[in-house]
Amino acid sequence: MPDEVVENSEETNGAPDSEESAEEIAEAVKTPPGEDLKEVVESAFPGAVLEQSAYEDDEDEATFVLDVDSIVAVCTHLRDHGDALFKLLTDLTAAHYPEAEDPFEMLYHLYSFEHNRRLRLKVRIKEGRAVPTVSGVWTSADWMEREVYDLFGIEFEGHPDLRRILLPDNWGSHPMRKDYPLEGRGERIYTKPKRKEIGE
Amino acid sequence: MVGVANVSRIEQQSTLHGTEELVINMGPQHPSTHGVLRVILKLDGETVNDLDCDIGYLHRGTEKIGENINYTMFIPYTDRLDYIAAPSNNLAWVTAVEKFFDWEIPMRAQYIRSMVGELSRIASHLLWLATHALDIGAMTVFLWCFREREMVLDLFETAFGGRLTVNAFRLGGLHEDVPDKFLQLTQEFADIFPSRVDDYETLLTNNRIWLQRTRDVGIISAEDAMDLGLTGPIIRGSGVKWDLRRAKPYAAYPYLDFVVPIGENGDIYDRYLVRIEELRQSIYIIQQCLEQLPGGPVSCKTPRTIKPPEGEIYHSIENPKGEFGFYIVSDGTTTPYRVRIRPPSFINLGGLKKLCVGQLVADVVAIIGSIDIVLGECDR
Repeated sequence: MPDEVVENSEETNGAPDSEESAEEIAEAVKTPPGEDLKEVVESAFPGAVLEQSAYEDDEDEATFVLDVDSIVAVCTHLRDHGDALFKLLTDLTAAHYPEAEDPFEMLYHLYSFEHNRRLRLKVRIKEGRAVPTVSGVWTSADWMEREVYDLFGIEFEGHPDLRRILLPDNWGSHPMRKDYPLEGRGERIYTKPKRKEIGE
Repeated sequence: MVGVANVSRIEQQSTLHGTEELVINMGPQHPSTHGVLRVILKLDGETVNDLDCDIGYLHRGTEKIGENINYTMFIPYTDRLDYIAAPSNNLAWVTAVEKFFDWEIPMRAQYIRSMVGELSRIASHLLWLATHALDIGAMTVFLWCFREREMVLDLFETAFGGRLTVNAFRLGGLHEDVPDKFLQLTQEFADIFPSRVDDYETLLTNNRIWLQRTRDVGIISAEDAMDLGLTGPIIRGSGVKWDLRRAKPYAAYPYLDFVVPIGENGDIYDRYLVRIEELRQSIYIIQQCLEQLPGGPVSCKTPRTIKPPEGEIYHSIENPKGEFGFYIVSDGTTTPYRVRIRPPSFINLGGLKKLCVGQLVADVVAIIGSIDIVLGECDR
């Protein structure tokens, strides 16, 4: 048992180091968060990052807005490039903004083990526009894209197995859209089977 | 001539007793699926060729509910996600919402949060060990684990009044300070629990049947684990030393000392060893919390209505099952615009196919047990 346990050293696990974090703060003031990652993306795909933002300049909330057609290429590049190495697709989800020109927003949360940092990618799409699948980049996207398809009705081009995952196959509507009421639309697929009672 | 005749007879036999793929259904009421999970298995003899999971039986639309109620009201709903370790879910939600604000959470609250989070990890791992061992055929471990889990639930009851869905934390700290009795009982529990873990290990760690059922079964490499998005004890069992309590510390973890255990082969046995060591480390953390627990208030001053500024955040914590996070979009009102739950069970279950294909059908039960899923959080 003691062989399996290795003492956790501070430098490999990103434990808070006062000098390092002070430097990071000083850097963050000078450049917006994720600027180095933007350079990584722009070196291969010039002009791919349409917008760049971060909540309260938090390095972990760095967000890039991308074009829908470039998402697979940029994701592959970010996974494999030595300065990025985003090997974990933490989360893939969507959000619905019915008032916006492009009402659906696809969100990709990436995590890099080597650099201990996060990145959020966004793609804005119109109703009915299919998104290229990233399940070829990270296998974990398979189920998460199925969930987005199920709850938002966004289709994924090239997905190996695009079926509903949480709701029954014949549900018909997509509950996470903002125009869907909280109480549902009366879809009740369960009907009580007629059963012969004892003694009937 | 004889040889030719023999060959033709074998061919004849193979057409008479032809082998074809058998599709069998496992669940949703099967006890070893740990909830309402249905697995459709395609078998060639006893080998699994393909499988498909049918989930969603517990889908309650928690994310949709979250978009219609305010930030404080959502805390009890998080209890119902991973109901085996409810305080961990509360912690994920409150730390996520607190990221919108620059509140200074009192240290006493942070320490109690860490301590209760570790107690919930113990509760979760004990239930995992109990059911996992029971699936493989060890009945005693089940009874022993539930004896200790009962003690943890009693601790929750002493501190928060609830046993399973505890609604432990509030935005800005705690609802009220924990009673002295809770600290005293936690100390008593921390004193006896390490010897109980030794007891489980005497039953399992060198048990020949346990080794045969778990060694070299359900192997996953570190690269594959990352590709499948597996988090928590599974990826640590494959040798990736990554724990969010270290990588992105929250609550009182920056001030606490603990070891992140890792495995070597990434099989069921390594995941078992990792979780057993996590039980010991949790007790070590709880003892430190009890020693270092500062006095003072348990909640900072928070506004009466919680109105985060416009923006979006993602925050995650190390749940017993893996990375449990929330992505919240605020539009500046009292209700969140979008709540996304990053469910570790759901994403870990997505790796089931990769883990099971090529294995024997009897091992599927052991592999599902080693992933440690909770369907309440998987289906949301």
